[in-house]
Amino acid sequence: MTPRRQRMLAVGVILAGVAIAVAFALKAFRENLMMFYAPTQVASGEAPVGHPFRLGGLVTIGSVQRVPGELDVSFVLTDLKHDIKVAYSGILPDLFREGQGIIAHGTLGTDGVFHADEVLAKHDESYTPPEVEGALKAAREDPSPPK
Amino acid sequence: MIPELGHFALILAFCLALAQAGFALTGAHWNRVAWMNVARPAAAGQFVFVALSFGCLAWAFLHNDFTVAYVAQNSNSALPAPYKVAAVWGAHEGSLLLWVLVQAIWTIAVCALSRSLPHRFAARVIGVLGLVSAGFMLFALATSNAFERLVPAAVEGRDLNPILQDPALAIHPPVLYTGYVGFSVAFAFAIAAMLEGHLDSAWARWTRPWTTGAWCFLTVGIALGSWWAYYELGWGGWWFWDAVENASFMPWLAGTALIHSLAVTEKRGLFKSWTLLLAITAFSLSLLGTFLVRSGVLISVHAFASDPARGKYILLFLGTTIGIALLLYAWRAPRLKSEAGFMPVSRETFLLANNVLLIVAMALILLGTLYPLFLDYFGLVKQSVGPPYFEFVFLIPMIPLVLLLGAGMHAAWKRADASELLRFVRVPLVLALIAAVAVPWLVYGRNTVLTAVGVLAAVWVMASAWLAPISRWRQKRRLDAVPRAVMGMSLAHFGLGVFILGVTIAKSFSVEQDIPLQRAQSAHAGAYEFVFQGVEPRKGPNYEATRGTIEVRHGEDMVTILHPEKRTYLVQRNPMTESDIDASLSRDLYVALGEDVGNNAWSVRVQYKPLVRLIWLGALLMACGGLVAVSDRRYRRATVVAPEAARSLAQEA
Repeated sequence: MTPRRQRMLAVGVILAGVAIAVAFALKAFRENLMMFYAPTQVASGEAPVGHPFRLGGLVTIGSVQRVPGELDVSFVLTDLKHDIKVAYSGILPDLFREGQGIIAHGTLGTDGVFHADEVLAKHDESYTPPEVEGALKAAREDPSPPK
Repeated sequence: MIPELGHFALILAFCLALAQAGFALTGAHWNRVAWMNVARPAAAGQFVFVALSFGCLAWAFLHNDFTVAYVAQNSNSALPAPYKVAAVWGAHEGSLLLWVLVQAIWTIAVCALSRSLPHRFAARVIGVLGLVSAGFMLFALATSNAFERLVPAAVEGRDLNPILQDPALAIHPPVLYTGYVGFSVAFAFAIAAMLEGHLDSAWARWTRPWTTGAWCFLTVGIALGSWWAYYELGWGGWWFWDAVENASFMPWLAGTALIHSLAVTEKRGLFKSWTLLLAITAFSLSLLGTFLVRSGVLISVHAFASDPARGKYILLFLGTTIGIALLLYAWRAPRLKSEAGFMPVSRETFLLANNVLLIVAMALILLGTLYPLFLDYFGLVKQSVGPPYFEFVFLIPMIPLVLLLGAGMHAAWKRADASELLRFVRVPLVLALIAAVAVPWLVYGRNTVLTAVGVLAAVWVMASAWLAPISRWRQKRRLDAVPRAVMGMSLAHFGLGVFILGVTIAKSFSVEQDIPLQRAQSAHAGAYEFVFQGVEPRKGPNYEATRGTIEVRHGEDMVTILHPEKRTYLVQRNPMTESDIDASLSRDLYVALGEDVGNNAWSVRVQYKPLVRLIWLGALLMACGGLVAVSDRRYRRATVVAPEAARSLAQEA
């Protein structure tokens, strides 16, 4: 092989490697883009069933129910217009409490219950996640009748 | 009175920074020695007044001066004294003051150690640093006054956020800032070189120790943050690909690329414009990180109560800095030609690959971090990019990077012989292959492809790192035959290997369990049994706690008794999980208390994490390696080395 062809080969191999890497990276990027939905959007059927997304809202006061002695817990998330029941099994974050704005990550079941595998609450009791705030605002401005 | 003094001192420091920048830069431009001579005293004055200003704020904290709004929001008379000092940088205004202080310290360090540099060049460096300082002080004065009075005064403070009341987190911001701000020195050197329109290997030799020094601090700062998140915040996770973490990691990657590119510029006079671009990038990413963290576009513990004006100011500052730097670059960089060439197999090629891969990694992280923010800003969908994206795309460039590293660090400059190189590294290569197949299986009882790749990379780098010092020692049989630069490089690369080993094993073989436990019930993780012995109340200085007792057994043997806590701080009333860890080099046993789930049971998280300590140990070794390299003799040589001598030096190192 002449040096020129060697160089061409090397460049070709590098380009092929870069192309494959980019393809993989973009695939991973698309797969891991996580949509955020508010309860109203879930109620109107915008959110996918069986595909993971993030759901945010306020924890309805009095809605937290546990199975005594177990890690299973359920609660209702609301944007003050629509409610979604969330089921979770695990340890809730320190700042999870009723009335607090939280974000849950998980999938919507065919039964209409959101099965969370992660619940996030932030480090400040006076804090509402911006997504949740936006969802509450959107729900307030939404002219359609609640529920 | 004292707070006003602090505010006034900051205004004076701002004026001095402007004087420092103005006289130094114009003096250098028109070659007026008297003007350039103003730079150093002005910088010294700036430091004195910034330190005074910082001291005044610290005084207000220590004396519980709740007439100052910032103190009232972030302190409390019951807060232990060390945390009162740490509370100075516990929120936005004070941390900005810390930033300015760190900037002033770097500046006087540059002033003191740049006397052997050409006068005009040194003046330009100090001038650029003055501009950066002035920009930050203006930010503090215009949008974030830490000394603002509260009328009427508060009787008691709102206390420091409980999760910040921790030794590692108390020192995390100063160390991290020292790293961030340190890149401003490399940036100033780059701008000065472009203003001169001239860049040679002496420039690279001056810039290298500063860059490496800053990089060491950034490394330790990030490691501290990660360690803190591990035991305090994350329920045992040590990296979350949170936007704030990425904000500190991106400058680190760019800085790492810069260190390596500077090596080529010093030894071979190559990659000149690329090195400049990296210096600009590293500092720009530090500023971008500050913007992300401080502007409130992100949701995290770092995003203090935010004010849109601040975000706009930082964005403007960021835009101006990057804009001017890149314009200057476009104008001047084409003048910087490299004469030398190199062969496809050579140290230069390996370092080029290193740079490309590090920048690709940085760009992929940047994409994942900024994309959701862009979408959000333009009012499109609310999306976020999950950690699996980052974990996956980070490995794409990192695996080839690490595999090339083991051989690349021994390749000769200019032209290397591939077969000779392969012979030189054959022992580590064989060791790594054997370890990759055997070790996970023998020690932990199973192996996967990804685990094997991780162990291969780790052992390969760890073993290969010591080849250079060993072969040099063999030649002369004297320890000082190994230059500090080589020692430092070996140590840092060894640290990287240790880090990779820790990540691989901890990721592959950790066992984690969330389980409800009644008294005397037990959970299992790995070969360990965790027996829950109930909870009892306990009182701390400024909190009340529920303290659990968990006995850990290994077969019949009692290993340790752990006491995780659930704390409620008296002022902010936030519950806090305080985990307890039995740490050793080979494994961590991690216990955190969840909540009372009824039926006399508590939810408990137990974890067995093998080799997790190596993650932070590896990072520390990397930083130590950097410091050893900085202490190399040739950086302290006062006179400018003649080209001939530089060439022989290049062959020797």
